[in-house]
Amino acid sequence: MAAEKQRDTSFDQKIINGEAGPHMAEAAIALKGISKSFGSVRANRDINLEIAPGTIHGIIGENGAGKSTLMSILYGFYQADSGEIYVNGERALINTPSDAIARGIGMVHQHFMLVHNFTVLENIILGAEGEPLLKTSIAKARSELERLERDYGLEVDPDALIEDLPVGLQQRVEILKALFRGADTLILDEPTGVLTPPEADHLFRILRQLKDEGKTIVLITHKLREIMAVTDNVSVMRQGELVATRETADTTVEELAELMVGRRVLLRVEKGPATPGDVLLSVRDLTVEDSRGVKVVDNVSFEVRAGEIVGIAGVAGNGQSQLLETITGIRRAVSGTVTLDGAPVELTGEADAADLRRRGMAHVPEDRHNMGLVLPFEESENAILGYHWQERYLNGPFLKIEEIRRDAQEKIERYDIRPADARLKTANFSGGNQQKIVLAREMEQDPKVLVVGQPTRGVDVGAIEFIHKRLIDMRDQGKAVLLVSVELDEIRSLSDRILVMFAGRLVGERNTEATEGELGLLMAGVGEKEAAE
Amino acid sequence: MSAPYAKLPAWADYGLIPLINLAVAFIVAGFVVLLIGENPLRAAAIIVDGALGYGQGVAYTLYYATSFIFTGLAVAVAFHCKLFNIGGEGQAYVGGLGVAAACLTFDSILPWWLTFPLAVAGAAIAGAAWAFIPAYLQAKRGSHIVITTIMFNFIAASLMVYLLVNVLKPAASQAPQTRNFLEGGQLPKINWMLEALGFSIRSAPLNVSFFLALLAAFLVWVLIWRTRLGYEIRMRGHSPKAAHYAGVNEARIIIITMLVSGALAGMMAVNPIMGDLGRLQIDFVTEAGFVGIAVALMGRSHPAGVVPAAVLFGILYQGGAELSFEMPGISRDMLVIIQGLVILFAGALEHMFRPSLQAVFARLPRAGGGALKHGGDA
Repeated sequence: MAAEKQRDTSFDQKIINGEAGPHMAEAAIALKGISKSFGSVRANRDINLEIAPGTIHGIIGENGAGKSTLMSILYGFYQADSGEIYVNGERALINTPSDAIARGIGMVHQHFMLVHNFTVLENIILGAEGEPLLKTSIAKARSELERLERDYGLEVDPDALIEDLPVGLQQRVEILKALFRGADTLILDEPTGVLTPPEADHLFRILRQLKDEGKTIVLITHKLREIMAVTDNVSVMRQGELVATRETADTTVEELAELMVGRRVLLRVEKGPATPGDVLLSVRDLTVEDSRGVKVVDNVSFEVRAGEIVGIAGVAGNGQSQLLETITGIRRAVSGTVTLDGAPVELTGEADAADLRRRGMAHVPEDRHNMGLVLPFEESENAILGYHWQERYLNGPFLKIEEIRRDAQEKIERYDIRPADARLKTANFSGGNQQKIVLAREMEQDPKVLVVGQPTRGVDVGAIEFIHKRLIDMRDQGKAVLLVSVELDEIRSLSDRILVMFAGRLVGERNTEATEGELGLLMAGVGEKEAAE
Repeated sequence: MSAPYAKLPAWADYGLIPLINLAVAFIVAGFVVLLIGENPLRAAAIIVDGALGYGQGVAYTLYYATSFIFTGLAVAVAFHCKLFNIGGEGQAYVGGLGVAAACLTFDSILPWWLTFPLAVAGAAIAGAAWAFIPAYLQAKRGSHIVITTIMFNFIAASLMVYLLVNVLKPAASQAPQTRNFLEGGQLPKINWMLEALGFSIRSAPLNVSFFLALLAAFLVWVLIWRTRLGYEIRMRGHSPKAAHYAGVNEARIIIITMLVSGALAGMMAVNPIMGDLGRLQIDFVTEAGFVGIAVALMGRSHPAGVVPAAVLFGILYQGGAELSFEMPGISRDMLVIIQGLVILFAGALEHMFRPSLQAVFARLPRAGGGALKHGGDA
């Protein structure tokens, strides 16, 4: 592995040290020679970065490229092993988030740090109450909040409970929280992961407005589209190094993708037209409730034929997860029928994932860390998870350890899983390779129906290409593939038919010609909310 | 990237950390001895000498260790399924009923080597049966196994007193115990083994169930790492969600695991009852069930760790008895303190020294990464 890491650095050199300061103005944030290791993993290597005041600066890179580590250092979650941080030209020692806040740096986290049963106002003053009595500080905060809302167009009801707010508004509260603490520089970590496309657009409008008011914004993302849409400058990280900084206007999506991965990538999957055959999976009037009795899947019907990929698009949390789990025998349904290759699936009694596997349903779960894999197991043990009852792995009650390892090693080679060691602990594989372990296990069973949730979440670009190809292969071999993903691009490029899910219901079906805007509106509940804004 | 510390090499994880924890437990215990006004070094010397210094001591140490291996394995098996079986004490106590039933029935007609397997089976069945109720409640009703097994220890104690006083006691006897077993209900001692090594032993209760304990340790290893059942147990232990996804019936696995665990705890009863006392009597478990928790924690739930940990506690038990004899200022309660400290450091605070040790390992080696690379070249 070490040998492959030799990177093509020819185009990197001039950028890293030279170009960082075309503006004469003092950089809002300057990072000099930042390095950080976790054990033998070098998450950040000698990072030099200057962020000009009053700009939106994108930081892009694959999962594990070191973006989040770098920002965590800037925000005081981690301390760098070496290197210096300058804020407005002054050397800054940032050891805790409070140091960062004192220097005017605010962070909007990927997973919101909000107390769900507190009101907006209570969340905003949390940790910045200022006085022992809440009454006065809340009153002060209220007027300050009104000013912020006025200045930046960030409307939100200060007395609403967080749990009653949609995700987009919760994010707005996070932004207000940072501004309330006097942030001049805002760091946003993957802010659009939970948003619908219209919500994301709205966020970008807010970011531009903040910029116009003189704030500096750092946007961390792995989505190239967002970088092109909203940033002024963009820095690319790869394997812990900052490999390039560009003015967004002077670069292209293709160049950035290449910089991220270190080689040319196919952004669009190539596939021929589908030739759908018999219906292999049929879902009729399926309704599923969660533990509180709320309908999370509401009267859903669709079918998947042999040789086609049906994609279910939707913002996370609209019932897709529960739909997948019900179809695959993990969760129970309230009513409805599911038919697998002509035979009904037991939905209300004892759900039995093992029985469905025997009948030819393979399942790549959304949550590979907790469900698809047992991370402390060695790789070979995960390679049989769910199929460990098969005769070829057993000798009476005993496991055929040698056979299991040999079988795993074969899959490792076929799926190019690295490191190629069937006895390595699964937790020590990267996200992309872990996903390949799951895919190899499920695809190699020669299933009739393949149900796939978030196949490329947390997976690097190189592996995404591979996984997409394999999914197309499965389709071309005549499998029925049901794909659920929150990445609209993924749905659009892989699916032969697209179903859109909103609030537990299927709200539309489109073919591959559908535009992103059209799907985006469906994902947001047929644009009702948009009309209101 | 999410792991903020270096991974420890296996020898440090399984060897160094338990040793450090143990050392700290002893150092703190030393301070307690100092507080009482005795010399901790002399106390340590007495413990070691009392447990290992002469044949009699060694035999007693191994006798205690035998019991602790069973109860330690019982807790370890349950740990692999993420079940905290605190009920070893009660399961071992009730296991005694199985031993007594076999011995009282067959001691007059069968030789010991035929009564022995029957008694082992009886002990296992009785222990498993006692574990079944908490297991069922956990699996089907979600009652927390920690609470129910603790409660069942008390129920077992009361039940056994009732049975011994009202049912099993011979009419003529005053003591709450069964009649003495005949020859067919007594296990042969294996002190000759130590004598062959040059020790001299007058009398000690070390008996053939020591071999049974070692066999059980091996079988537990086979079960956990080499069978489908063990695979499913570990799967459920590491990730109930993954087990559910894999189609493993969680309730079934919980119940089976607890049956195995209870059976192992129950088998502990064979050692004192058939091997030493020659009768079922009140309170024969003498806290071996609880010591088993410490043994499993120290042994990292692996049979290869449980056996040495059981021997260590055997040393503490035997050496501690000598200590309270030699230093009247130190009562047997001191032992409980040391035990408590070992449990505290080896179990509850297991991760206390890990971060700093990981930091040390992370700093030391570029050597770690470097060594790997050189290894690749060679």
